[in-house]
Amino acid sequence: MIGQTLRLKVAALTDIAPSLRHVRLVAADGGKLPPAAAGAHIQLVLAGPGRSFRNAYSLVSRPGARDAWDIIVRRVPTSRGGSAYIHEALQAGDTLEASWPGNLFAPVRTARRHLMIAGGIGITPFLSYLADFAMSGGEHALHVCCREEEKDVFAPWLAGRSGVAFHWDADGHRLDSPALLAAPPAGTHLYVCGQAAMNDEGIAAAAAAGWPASHVHCEHFGAALVGGAAFRAFLAKSGIEVQVGEDESLLDAIERAGVAAPCLCRGGACGVCAAPLLEGEAEHRDHFLSPAERNAGRLIMPCVSRAKGGRLVLDL
Amino acid sequence: MSIAFKPEETFRGDYRYRNSDAAILRFPFPFPEDRYMYSVNIEPHTRSGPSDVYLHAFDVDEHYIAECRDKAITLERDPGRCQVLPHMMMAQWDTLELLMESLSADYPALFSLTKEGDDFGSLWTWINRPLGIEQRFVFGDAETLPCEPFEYITRQAQGDFAICDQRDDNLYMDAGMVTSQADWSLEFDVGMSFMEWHGPVPLAHQTGVFERALKYLLMLRLGQPVRRLNWTMSINPRLDTSPESYPEWGPDRASVTPANAGEKVHLRVELQTLWRLPRSNAILFPIRCYLASLDDLARVPKWGKRLHRVLSTLPPQLVEYKGLTRYLPAALEWLAQRDDGAELPVGTAAGVTRLNAPVSG
Repeated sequence: MIGQTLRLKVAALTDIAPSLRHVRLVAADGGKLPPAAAGAHIQLVLAGPGRSFRNAYSLVSRPGARDAWDIIVRRVPTSRGGSAYIHEALQAGDTLEASWPGNLFAPVRTARRHLMIAGGIGITPFLSYLADFAMSGGEHALHVCCREEEKDVFAPWLAGRSGVAFHWDADGHRLDSPALLAAPPAGTHLYVCGQAAMNDEGIAAAAAAGWPASHVHCEHFGAALVGGAAFRAFLAKSGIEVQVGEDESLLDAIERAGVAAPCLCRGGACGVCAAPLLEGEAEHRDHFLSPAERNAGRLIMPCVSRAKGGRLVLDL
Repeated sequence: MSIAFKPEETFRGDYRYRNSDAAILRFPFPFPEDRYMYSVNIEPHTRSGPSDVYLHAFDVDEHYIAECRDKAITLERDPGRCQVLPHMMMAQWDTLELLMESLSADYPALFSLTKEGDDFGSLWTWINRPLGIEQRFVFGDAETLPCEPFEYITRQAQGDFAICDQRDDNLYMDAGMVTSQADWSLEFDVGMSFMEWHGPVPLAHQTGVFERALKYLLMLRLGQPVRRLNWTMSINPRLDTSPESYPEWGPDRASVTPANAGEKVHLRVELQTLWRLPRSNAILFPIRCYLASLDDLARVPKWGKRLHRVLSTLPPQLVEYKGLTRYLPAALEWLAQRDDGAELPVGTAAGVTRLNAPVSG
């Protein structure tokens, strides 16, 4: 079970609501997929006009499924390309590049009880949570806030599941978060996943009711992943200028230019790739440089860190 | 290449453990330079490296049968060497699946796994030919195995295993099978957080090694395992150097002389790998132990000389922490006779394809 990228084939596409598309993905070579955990997501590389997009989607298939993965994609009205591509261009039989599953939102295994609040498409990670709890016996409750006409959309994933309640914007049907979160029961963990405003409201209500921060969890999609605005880097010793794309690291770009750069962990921890910075301001994302080193501005870890301005000059 | 197992070997009592020439040449020698200091020496565990111990997900070598027997002896005497906290059942099945899939794929002549399905509830058949085991069981149903799944599969693997649960931006050692440890106690550490179980390590905390390592491990990805080497020294080729059994091996430290150091003193190298587990999101931490005597190592001239230089410049805090104080002078006297002071190339590669004749005598 070692690998970084996968080729996936679209096995089926189904519109389950005007703005929601269910996509079933299988291994393009007909083999098995790696198993994944509740709360896991994959990144899909989607071709767009002139460039490609790397979007993360929660797996809604049951944890451990190896024959196929399911995702549900909402068409974002202001889509920068990814969700529009899936809704308008993607066809059954197409192949896509994907990452191995990652997980930034796993359920806490020591919890006595799991309380989940979803807003709209934010239900997706909890569909795999429910499947996990059905297997492992975890006590749980899921509250879903959505438009009334969307409350049956997820029925295929909720068949046989217990502890699910729907809420929508009508008298008698709204979720009363302060009441739900009042007097937190010992050992209960709260998970929220929805639009930023709903997440913030849920976290604030929990804090006001005295929930310990360690028992409140929120999905932050892709926050820790590589990427950001494109920039340029001049490698002074080599005399080469490289363009660092939005979806690649500075280290990737240096290597692509054929310049040897020592590296080890590629995750900002080991310090091996630290490179002398001659000009430009770095956006430091590593765990290695001390605050003093960052302030001095003479070193950068190209495996994770990027440029604050448009250009850096490295002594490589 | 088939492996010539040596089931008659022992790791206690008469210590009938010996490395073949091939085993010495593939030893994961840990010192690329003449001096040693802690660092976050983590790198991707891809199927490549300077020794062929790195070529498989989980290395199996000529000591496999004897090591599994020694583990069974230790467990019979002290069942507490295997502990699993109740919330770790999903991680137990993850571990069983990872080991069975990796071993059967890497060593098809030795192990086989046949599945009627991949999901919990599927019937699986596991065959371990070196140990003569054939087991049909239901994946996900612990009642269908002779013991819980983590103990079941790690009894059939060389080295120790810990499982770290990830929560609160921390790692907790919530399960372990620990029978070949370098003087640490699972009974003491089980349930501890990452900083707590690393508490006794000298010098490394001050340089922030553990903060960086923890942050890195919290982001460890499925499918991208990493590895590092750690090392210490042991007197006699003994796997069970635990605090619990200290009276059985501690006094051996006083038995080393410059005359017998080549045979008695062993370099103990741990190939530590770290794996994100797929269903539980926990991290599996296998600690695979390799033992080579000074006699063995000196048959590779570069290794004998480098070990002399590393040990003679080791910071006193590390000498004490690693438990070398009592016998280090005798070991250095033995090694000094085999170090001509010639400059050595950087790197851990043996630099030879055939060994010198045995040097002790």
